[in-house]
Amino acid sequence: MAEEIKKIMFTVRKAPHGSIYVYEGLEVKLIMAAYDADISVVFMDDGVFALKQGQDTKELGIKGFAATYGALMDYEIQKVYVDRHSMEVRGMTEADLLVIGEDEETEEPVKPQVIDAQEIAAMMAEQHNILSF
Amino acid sequence: MLHTVNKSPFQNTTLTDCARFIQDGDVLLLLEDGVFAAQVGTTHSALLEALVQRVKVYALQADLKARAITNLVPGIQITDYSGFVALVEEHKIHSWL
Amino acid sequence: MKIAVCIYEGPYNHEASDSAYNFIKAAIDRGHEIQGIFFYHDGVYNVTKLMEPPQDDRHIANRWSALGATGIDIVVCIAAAKRRGIVDDVLVPNVRISGLGQLTMMAIQADRMVVFGD
Repeated sequence: MAEEIKKIMFTVRKAPHGSIYVYEGLEVKLIMAAYDADISVVFMDDGVFALKQGQDTKELGIKGFAATYGALMDYEIQKVYVDRHSMEVRGMTEADLLVIGEDEETEEPVKPQVIDAQEIAAMMAEQHNILSF
Repeated sequence: MLHTVNKSPFQNTTLTDCARFIQDGDVLLLLEDGVFAAQVGTTHSALLEALVQRVKVYALQADLKARAITNLVPGIQITDYSGFVALVEEHKIHSWL
Repeated sequence: MKIAVCIYEGPYNHEASDSAYNFIKAAIDRGHEIQGIFFYHDGVYNVTKLMEPPQDDRHIANRWSALGATGIDIVVCIAAAKRRGIVDDVLVPNVRISGLGQLTMMAIQADRMVVFGD
């Protein structure tokens, strides 16, 4: 019998650009998605700022990651969630979120899924391991 | 689920962020600068008092001693690194970095 | 139980490295297998042989190297290391540079993954 596929969750709680955590954390997700694991990514607290559309780091002179985020689904990262409360207290709505890919059938743009803390907590409890990135 | 918090609540909202996700039956471990939240009589004591009503709350002994924190919010238990490992044996862990 | 540990912060600057070390020692004492230790972000600075702390302080790199000598797999992330100028030549013995695939295997194979960072 094939070994059970393990659930691995990433939690992103830090703001982008002020430190390297979100950027290097993305590198981990891209690699891990290539393996046989059930990956999910949850953005909460300041991590939701990483999902704001229109980020432009050119003038700052750092590489940024908006383009990669725009193709997360192409990297086989389909389960991308945002904590509703974290977004609301930061004055963000779903309209502010960047697109992470397009639906295979409808070709409609897909955004991260906005969910509540209770749903996130329930998902956390199901994971094999959780990495804070 | 074991939740670990390593930030001072006076500088950073990690503890209150974490508290939103803690479920009944979960465990909270305060370590590093997180142990400053365990001190009795602070502006964060009420949050800790509420938390100990519904989940087990531990503070890491080495970090408490290093910071001269002796009077803890009632209900918070002190544990050492071996106790930390024991909590990891029992629960999956999320570090609230 | 198989336990893997991930460390994100550099030595001395942050307590993460000390917390991780104390946790790992306690886990070994309780009979657990340390599946691996993975250094990421500035954590890659933990194992350079160039550090020379004052004699009356702990030598963080040597401490990790001694753990590595017991057979524990200690991995420095190559992507994070290259960015920060950490190469094989500057590492203490008993640690190795490898890719994020190692972290992935640890996350999948270990019963628990414990992350220490800022």
